[in-house]
Amino acid sequence: MAVTVFMVVRLHNLFAVVMLGGIYSLLAAALLVVLDAVDVAFTEAAVGAGISTVLALGALSLTTSQEKEPSRRPFYTFVVLFVVAITGAALIFGSLDMPVIGDPTAPIHGHVADVYLSEGPVATGVPNVVTAVLASYRGFDTLGETMVVFTAGIGVLLTFASVQAGRKREDEAGEEEGEE
Amino acid sequence: MESFGLYNYWIVIFLMMSGFYVVIARGNLVKKLVGLNIFQASVFIFYISMGKVAGGTAPIIAEGIDTYSNPLPHVLILTAIVVGVATTALGLSLVVRINEEYGTVEEEELAGKDPAE
Repeated sequence: MAVTVFMVVRLHNLFAVVMLGGIYSLLAAALLVVLDAVDVAFTEAAVGAGISTVLALGALSLTTSQEKEPSRRPFYTFVVLFVVAITGAALIFGSLDMPVIGDPTAPIHGHVADVYLSEGPVATGVPNVVTAVLASYRGFDTLGETMVVFTAGIGVLLTFASVQAGRKREDEAGEEEGEE
Repeated sequence: MESFGLYNYWIVIFLMMSGFYVVIARGNLVKKLVGLNIFQASVFIFYISMGKVAGGTAPIIAEGIDTYSNPLPHVLILTAIVVGVATTALGLSLVVRINEEYGTVEEEELAGKDPAE
């Protein structure tokens, strides 16, 4: 995964970058299986490696597949690397206080997880606890999620509708570009 | 695969910082979105790593198994993956729109163009 990411940083051919992004998602899915998260793994494989890659390739076919060589700005690159290094160092410093991975006494395992595991199958009749929590205990959360997807779909449709109609939306496009 | 120590977290931090670097250092908007996805997936791995219990299996209740990994992070990340792809789709559609309007997806070239025309 580290090699894949390194190549993503180095390469300028966007087609290769997008494909490597897909490979990265697939490797992430494999790692998630090792970490016992099978539901998450197949969602990541289908959505992360599948749909995202297809969407990105679609976007490439509508724009361009070659990234331009960035103009040399040594000072800017130095500042960026400095910020990234500082953030990374701070995060590693923070991780030193984290409980060891797999420790059953870690605080994350202390609250509702046991209740879900012991009562979930009884209360909902579903042996898969992830499904039980997703659809039953946190049903409203999932409802909100579908609303987010719906809103995003409307946004995409409106954006493309304005492309087809050829209407001018410079202000909006400018704002969104600033946010990214 | 019983003991990862803190190694997982450091891998996650490396991946996260790579994605972060791509997002802020690269001018191409499509590449920025790929970087954002890398960042995102590293956060997913971080959450799932926290939910791992040594010796546990996937949280599907079955006879003869009494140790399961924590299901709660799995649920949260399932939601996050789907929301993530929605964000990516919207971002890419905006990139296409920007390309339509300005003929480029490079930030440096966009900066020179007047949005008001």
